[in-house]
Amino acid sequence: MLLEVKNLRTEFKLKRGTVRAVDDISFTIDKGEILAIVGESGSGKSVTSLSIMGLLQKPGRIAGGEISFKSQDLNKMSQKELQKIRGNQISMIFQEPMTSLNPVWRIKDQIMENIMTHMKISKKEALARTIEMLDTVGIPSPAERANDYPHQMSGGMRQRVMTAMALSCEPELLIADEPTTALDVTIQAQILELLYQMREKFHMAVLLITHDLGVVSEAADRVIVMYCGKIVEEADVKSLFSQPLHPYTVGLLQSIPQIDDESDQRLYMIKGMVPNPLNMPPGCYFSDRCDSCMERCTQEMPELQEINGHKVRCFLYDKAKEGELSAK
Amino acid sequence: MLKYIFKRILMLIPVLIGVSIIVFLIMRVFSPDPAPIVLGQHATQTAVEVWRQANGLNDPIFLQYYHFITGALTGDLGTSFYTKMPVLKEIFSRFPATIELAVVAIMLASIFGILIGVVSAVKKNSIFDNAGMLLALVGVSMPIFWLGILLIIFFSGTLHWLPSSGRINPMLQPGSVTGFYLIDSLIAGNMDAFGDALRHLVLPASALAMYSMAIIARMTRSSMLETLQQDYIRTARAKGVSEGRVIRKHALRNGLIPIVTVIGLQLGSLLGGAVLTETVFSWPGIGSYTVACILKSDFPVVQGVVLLIAFVFVLVNLLVDVIYAFLDPRIKYSKKEG
Repeated sequence: MLLEVKNLRTEFKLKRGTVRAVDDISFTIDKGEILAIVGESGSGKSVTSLSIMGLLQKPGRIAGGEISFKSQDLNKMSQKELQKIRGNQISMIFQEPMTSLNPVWRIKDQIMENIMTHMKISKKEALARTIEMLDTVGIPSPAERANDYPHQMSGGMRQRVMTAMALSCEPELLIADEPTTALDVTIQAQILELLYQMREKFHMAVLLITHDLGVVSEAADRVIVMYCGKIVEEADVKSLFSQPLHPYTVGLLQSIPQIDDESDQRLYMIKGMVPNPLNMPPGCYFSDRCDSCMERCTQEMPELQEINGHKVRCFLYDKAKEGELSAK
Repeated sequence: MLKYIFKRILMLIPVLIGVSIIVFLIMRVFSPDPAPIVLGQHATQTAVEVWRQANGLNDPIFLQYYHFITGALTGDLGTSFYTKMPVLKEIFSRFPATIELAVVAIMLASIFGILIGVVSAVKKNSIFDNAGMLLALVGVSMPIFWLGILLIIFFSGTLHWLPSSGRINPMLQPGSVTGFYLIDSLIAGNMDAFGDALRHLVLPASALAMYSMAIIARMTRSSMLETLQQDYIRTARAKGVSEGRVIRKHALRNGLIPIVTVIGLQLGSLLGGAVLTETVFSWPGIGSYTVACILKSDFPVVQGVVLLIAFVFVLVNLLVDVIYAFLDPRIKYSKKEG
């Protein structure tokens, strides 16, 4: 096991109250695995990744839990110790390739900085490695493009540069926070393909954060669905798509337009809106939007329970045992 | 880039013509007649008329302006009504003193302003931040001449630490090569003179720097606060770069770009502020000289000085725009799409 997150809680202390953006979540990532965290905006998926990196900014803070990476608790580390791990053993690429690179630095200097922060090598070797990495992520004539500034590159190219930078120290875990969201669809596919290749090449694990189920189905091995800071479902990618359990996941899957759907029906939409984080419904957070809501759902929060290796947080499956699930 | 600079220098011409017209009219409309001041109040009517005729003050105002501007174009700004010396010579004997004062002041203002601004932004809402911003508020609010008088009372009156007026002890004055005493004394290898010139500079430069420092500190703080929120700062942190390096190499480099404009504008306004400071500290520069000439209605000198200050101001702004292109690779003046 590479990374184990246990009962992580992350809070934002605001004037109007405390928002618990990540509410008691636990998961693990194995070496070489691609784990996707899916959820809509505000579900806590990005905050989870920033918590792992130790990059939360005030007023956010980790209120409890363990983040153990190769049996070291990152949560207990000082910023100095974390700096040795960030960009080296765990690195990250972000949603916004347009703004995530420093506009006044040349590409090569930004990548070389990452390399030279963690490796004791000369400038010349770092430059050679930079060009090699740019080549690896598919940037044509990398030696010349290395001298470019970010504004001279397209969004897809910049995301490749971000990837080259993140992979330059051969991390064991790459956190990709919506790496394709800001890109054109064709470029999205290229970047996903790139992540896939890089995973093979460097044998690293990937934590893929996204709201795009299409991306998940293409890239991930295992999926976690988050809603309002809680894990509502966790399964391997096959069973999640063939047999979604939680009504929220079902709703998400139904609201994807199907190209071969010839009926005149309107596209399914989950009713209502994400609740105000300062004013959560009692009981299950999804209860007021759920088509299968029962009285019990409005009173208590269901536990995450495991059925056949498929985890779900819903009372619908409370009595379901291994045999009953297939009967459903 | 060269083409751009050339274009900007060409644009200097209309600006300077506009400035010259305005100062020319203001002097003639609002200043008292110089003749009685030059000749003394008991001068006869005939003497006054003769003097006015000799100095061209009886000509129609258009003609007067024509004479002034054609002279100016050939580098002749006329002669002072009082000293009968060429204006250009009068100005250049005093200009180095003002430039020395302004340059030292802008250096003080930039160093301390940026320092206070950065610390305030990084330690937002801390005691440093509050103290720094209080100082900045005092700095923008306090009139220069009043601050100057307070500094004189305290540091030279009460404590006797620093001299209250002048540029240097006359016994130590170095030979004039550049007119900048700090540089001249170094050229002469005269460290006593250098120290003395420096001691004379401290109070007027601090008084003059205060306002600009406050402006620069506030601008730096807001610019840094914005920069520190940027995605690329998070990227730098995610690379494992130390926080100090993130601030110095990533945030400051970007946050400084707008500050350069402010510093340039401040350097211009320092030349204006020097008028008050030089008067308070009896600094023998262009500012105190201009005040004296305004009071004496010495038209040619005032016109010349204003024109020169306008020229320097525009030049400094051009310099700022050129520096901009070096700080921010996204700016390209030569290409049309900019």
